[in-house]
Amino acid sequence: MTKNVNLKSVAKGGLLDRRFFLKKGFVFSVAAMASDKLLAEAKKYRQPWMEKPGDSFSNYGQPSVFEKEAIRWTMANKAAAGNGVSWTPLQNLEGTLTPNGLHFERHHNGVPQIDPKIHQLFIHGEVKKSLVFDMDSLLRYPMVSRQCFIECGGNSNAGWRDEPIQTAVGYFHGMVSCSEWTGIPLKILLNEANITPRGKWVIVEGGDASIMNVSIPLEKIMDDCFLAIYQNGERIRPENGYPLRLIAPGWEGVVNVKWLRRLHLSNRPAMSRNETSKYTELLPSGKARQFTFVMEAKSLITNPSYGHQLDKTGFYQISGLAWSGRGKIVKVEVSVDGGKNWGETELQKPVLSKSFTRFRIPWHWTGEKALLKSRAIDETGCVQPEREKLIAERGKNGYFHYNAIVSWKISNKGEISHVYA
Amino acid sequence: MSMREFIFFFCFCVSCNLLAVENQPNLGRDASKGVIKQWNLDIFSDGKGLPSGQGTAHKGKKVYERYCLSCHGVDGSGDSADELAGAMHSLTDNPPDKTIGTYWPYATTIFDFTRRSMPLDAPGILNNNQLYAVTAYLLYLNGIIKRDKVIDSSSLPKVKMPNRKGFINIYQQEKEND
Repeated sequence: MTKNVNLKSVAKGGLLDRRFFLKKGFVFSVAAMASDKLLAEAKKYRQPWMEKPGDSFSNYGQPSVFEKEAIRWTMANKAAAGNGVSWTPLQNLEGTLTPNGLHFERHHNGVPQIDPKIHQLFIHGEVKKSLVFDMDSLLRYPMVSRQCFIECGGNSNAGWRDEPIQTAVGYFHGMVSCSEWTGIPLKILLNEANITPRGKWVIVEGGDASIMNVSIPLEKIMDDCFLAIYQNGERIRPENGYPLRLIAPGWEGVVNVKWLRRLHLSNRPAMSRNETSKYTELLPSGKARQFTFVMEAKSLITNPSYGHQLDKTGFYQISGLAWSGRGKIVKVEVSVDGGKNWGETELQKPVLSKSFTRFRIPWHWTGEKALLKSRAIDETGCVQPEREKLIAERGKNGYFHYNAIVSWKISNKGEISHVYA
Repeated sequence: MSMREFIFFFCFCVSCNLLAVENQPNLGRDASKGVIKQWNLDIFSDGKGLPSGQGTAHKGKKVYERYCLSCHGVDGSGDSADELAGAMHSLTDNPPDKTIGTYWPYATTIFDFTRRSMPLDAPGILNNNQLYAVTAYLLYLNGIIKRDKVIDSSSLPKVKMPNRKGFINIYQQEKEND
């Protein structure tokens, strides 16, 4: 019993009303085609795994053996295995939270295995009282939870290249992940140390083999930074900073220092390697942008995307992620005709500030060529730019902070490629 | 103030203090100056934090060849790790040539980063004299100092880097525009 549905388009190219499924009584009447194999299987009353007891309990659950593709791809320096990155497979995920084992990694010299019993955190410099904390003490402090994204400043940097890279969306844009982090607001500890009026910056240092450090303005630290101990409910994984990580919501990954061991209050930044030689963006003028902490509004369609194949015409759900380091995402629009017409997508609720926002919109593909784009707008009015506009402002050699609109071209055979359009 | 008022005032102060204590966990221990000095590796662009010791490019060449060359290439030309010296073109060319000589704004950063992070396979292995020497060598390779110039805590922050004025503080700029 199916009703014929009037597929009311909201934009040309078959984009449907984002609330299509919320409207009562509508049933999507597209003839479903099933393979012969599935038809044969459907006749079986019991499958083999229903004819004997299943597996036993496990101490720590693992993904299905049929989900072997949802893994991080790793890219390391050939001379130093712990120097490189691994990517979140955004094309295999849904919703807004990244599983802990799939959170992207960027290490400067490998993952330290830190014993929490001997780990200590120092606070010193422009404070009236220098303090040192052990983990047992820190675990007694009042904590807060906050869902937020972390994005490496170098994420999506292949976008600056002259030719569009042909790879899965996660291996181009997957140096971003989103978790619920739980920990201690930094202002509590800094108030105990009693900052002097000269204190304006905090030099933050990790306890890994590279003893990585970076300087953060005190205003940000006192505003919303916290010391995370838990990630998505469990203790942070070693590759994400166990036992202690600084979370600076909305700011580039490098300032979210892992394996945190020292906070040095100062009246000025240290001008360390990671705020001068790296994580600065060279402009065509020869000058470079420095202390560009905020990750700007960005979105991308994760499904369908490169590597997927549209086998049949008819209904598809376009789904993707949007985020902004300046606050909440207020709108994400999708175009299937290369930006001539745009339809507003449904945002998954609740929309959280400085967090992944999942957007979805139904689409009826007629089998013709299409050009998919998404465009995010945040609560400060920042609109995700087209690539041409970004390059006009920044040139092509800035490397960091690429947030341009991503375009997927769909051929009349349903093949998907990455294009600049 | 009568005695009675004084006692009342005294009790009031004590109770406020107790309340204050209960509101702050205060579970940190006092960190001794000695331990902080040992842990504090930060070096600022004016030289604050630089340790004693010294070196020249002449001595630094040997340090470089033993600990750095396998990744950074002959004369800092780059290999599996970044190019450090020998830029053939400028920052406004396409692609730009970013080396210590063309890009790094402060000489102190070389010492700081090498001390904390390098060499990747054995960080912490270089002593202060070796660190000053290899810093001098990298400055020499970039044509910034002479081969026999002594680099130490007093001379290093005075080294004038060609791209010292090459950066725009975006954080400051946005704050001022707010």
